[in-house]
Amino acid sequence: MADLTANFIGIKSPNPFWLASAPPTDKAYNVIRAFEAGWGGVVWKTLGEDGPPVVNVSGPRYDTLYGKDRSVIGLNNIELITDRPLETNLQEIAQVKRDWPDRAIVVSLMVPCEESAWKAILPKVEDTGADGIELNFGCPHGMSERGMGASVGQVPEYVEMVTAWCKHYSRLPVIVKLTPNITDIRHSARAAKRGGADAVSMINTINSIMSVDLNQLAITPTVGGKGTHGGYCGPAVKPIAMHMVADVARDPDCQGLPISAIGGISNWRDATEFMAIGASNVQVCTAAMTYGFKIIDDMVDGLSRFLDSKQMPSLDALVGAAVPSVTDWQYLNLNYVVKAQIDQDLCIKCGRCYIACEDTSHQAITATQVNGERHYEINDKECVGCNLCVSICPVEDCMSLRQLNSEVDTRTGKMVSGEYLNWTQHPNNPMS
Amino acid sequence: MKQVTTPNLLGATDNTPNEGISSVGGHAQFTEMHPPLDARSALVESDRCYFCFDAPCIEACPTGIDVPNFIRMISNHNPAGAAAVILQENIMGGTCARACPVETLCEQSCVRNKEGDKPIQIGLLQRYATDTAMAAGETFFTREPDSGYSIGIIGGGPAGLSCAHRLAMLGHQVVIYESRQKTGGLNEYGLAAYKMLDNFAQREVEYIMAIGNIDIRHGMQLGDNISLSEIQSAHDAVFLALGLGACNMIGLTGENSQGVQDAVDYIRQLRQAEDLSQLPVGSQVVVIGGGMTAIDIASQTRLLGAREVTIAYRRGAENMKASVKEQEFAQTHDVRIMHWAQPVKLLVEQQKVVGVEFKSTDPTANQENFVLQADMVFKAIGQLLEPIDANRNIQFELEAGRLRVDVERRTSQFGIWAGGDCISDGDDLTVSAVQDGKLAAQSIHKFLNGTRD
Repeated sequence: MADLTANFIGIKSPNPFWLASAPPTDKAYNVIRAFEAGWGGVVWKTLGEDGPPVVNVSGPRYDTLYGKDRSVIGLNNIELITDRPLETNLQEIAQVKRDWPDRAIVVSLMVPCEESAWKAILPKVEDTGADGIELNFGCPHGMSERGMGASVGQVPEYVEMVTAWCKHYSRLPVIVKLTPNITDIRHSARAAKRGGADAVSMINTINSIMSVDLNQLAITPTVGGKGTHGGYCGPAVKPIAMHMVADVARDPDCQGLPISAIGGISNWRDATEFMAIGASNVQVCTAAMTYGFKIIDDMVDGLSRFLDSKQMPSLDALVGAAVPSVTDWQYLNLNYVVKAQIDQDLCIKCGRCYIACEDTSHQAITATQVNGERHYEINDKECVGCNLCVSICPVEDCMSLRQLNSEVDTRTGKMVSGEYLNWTQHPNNPMS
Repeated sequence: MKQVTTPNLLGATDNTPNEGISSVGGHAQFTEMHPPLDARSALVESDRCYFCFDAPCIEACPTGIDVPNFIRMISNHNPAGAAAVILQENIMGGTCARACPVETLCEQSCVRNKEGDKPIQIGLLQRYATDTAMAAGETFFTREPDSGYSIGIIGGGPAGLSCAHRLAMLGHQVVIYESRQKTGGLNEYGLAAYKMLDNFAQREVEYIMAIGNIDIRHGMQLGDNISLSEIQSAHDAVFLALGLGACNMIGLTGENSQGVQDAVDYIRQLRQAEDLSQLPVGSQVVVIGGGMTAIDIASQTRLLGAREVTIAYRRGAENMKASVKEQEFAQTHDVRIMHWAQPVKLLVEQQKVVGVEFKSTDPTANQENFVLQADMVFKAIGQLLEPIDANRNIQFELEAGRLRVDVERRTSQFGIWAGGDCISDGDDLTVSAVQDGKLAAQSIHKFLNGTRD
């Protein structure tokens, strides 16, 4: 079996699966259970400055986007940072680190955007023996109203400044956790790098309103008749997080800046995908909050088998393996031509491909009767190879795309050469 | 000659109640054949529907219910909308959800079958929608302004009620002439009790009649206390929804002996019984026939405690009108089905039936006759159309012994429509009767509007 040992900016863990800073890592009890279950590391739930702890709502903190079978697709929360005394957290961190020396413990921090506040807390964290710190510049609700969390993360200059303070006042590796609630996450990542960050972690939760309770006509979760936007996470945010991770991974200004990926990672496949597009390790929260810590078994086993199947001896071979496949639209090969095709033996005659193409796309599928049975065929003359039919076909492998090679595309009447031609080279491009 | 006895698989003795019986208010009743879905199961099941384009299940439904649309409404927490979609095509969507042989209709056509998967449980979803809407008192239909026309309907079963409801919607006044004391026809008197619990037939009748302008006269027996000509002269159009009358005869001596009964008569008694434990049931029951009635009577008598129940059918399993699922239902309720068995003699002692002698009609097997002991023999071999006009002044064209109608359900007599079991292409299903009534109402409406122009 492949070696899953991870070394993330010098922080070692037996596998690359960490629990993200969130309720599952709020106290020793949970973290010990996670380590017993086999998690490689945790980012301890965000500590605030010394003094009276923050107060959470006692109404509902979470709300859920469900699939029809009540599977959890997305989760939203309005919980704040830890509401336990700083000293309690620090003592527990120190104890757990002593008891579990092979596991990674990174401490998430969020204090006011003042140098003195950071200067005060950093040595206390360092004294616990923790492996690193993560700067919470992402929390989108509550704390951001007080000038912390996302309100720092949304201003690259602040990101750089605070990162630099942390590097100055602590010897611990610094991970900067980025908020996705911005226009272009690369600016925040570059700022972190300029400030001296050892790595970035991304993404924090996305601003969201989950739903409107149609009986009360009030947004959810409803706390005494009112709600507020929360942070969205879970499987639904994975595509958004993937895009942001890939953007930073291939940004020339961010080269050499390791990424810890967060965002809807629920199983080994999600984790593997994130690592392939540039993450060195991954952090998990919603899946654990849905199923408990035991999901680590599948993650470790699945990733290990995958590496074996690809003959990758360790994680290094996987990290970033798919980054070269990410490019800008303008560099896609416009001479790559595909047509949809239907495996008639697998087709169950639901007609969904037909109606989707007919109503909403290119009228490239015909519906006829053959021997008294519904029959659907692709009309190559209209098919642009858009993949909609393949995407919505309910039967796996029934529909697929076929690549044209050295033959005439009946839609355009042109021979398909396959020769690479992108938009920057295309005769229709006025700029080419 | 061979004596055949049925092994008692359940080991039940005589009148030991089966698991299909429960006690309600101290009275024995059947438990439900297909228990309903709860809201959560309905949501999960509805989400399995692929929402096919031009879905085959719509085509397979004799009333053409837009199945994918109603299922989608269930999945989006709109059971009332779902019920409206169902009931606009089939006002007896509630009964059909319980009694339709969905395994040979909508569910058979479901594309999920082609994947080797289970079809969507369309029947149970339909029941969920209609039950939910009825329980909430949702109504979906209003009457158009009074047309001034009046239509006479003979028979208050599914075809008659469906026609009456549609005609009332279209603004017409309707009078139903019903021979029995209760409305509903076979929904009330004929369907198996384990499909129609909780007085559903009567609840549905009330729901349908609530549209108004439908007057029902019970105890009106055609040719007895009212004639077709009287009804004709009192109305602008007539719809015959007579159903069928007497049972076919087997044609053997001793058919009038004690213990030999028409299955439909016994089921009628059963459906009206408040306490099933008070019903007389034989110890060894033989049912002759191969349709749904045979399955129903056999399963019900077995559930009631008959020790041995055998359905004897003169041809093979594939020829039976009862679907494979219905046959399996009977078999899993410890009913034996013997194929290729044709009755040749009723064995009678002191005016009481004691057995039936069969000859084997299986061309591939031993042709030796055999005897099934029986203290109760049910005839479930179809029923006959009874004379419509005793005076024979009005003659109808028949086909296979039933009324011939065209696609609009017009009989050969001007101004008279017909539907349900009494017409020649009827398939003895509630759902088809409902469709007949609906089509006839549309045709009558068109006809009446035409006469006014």
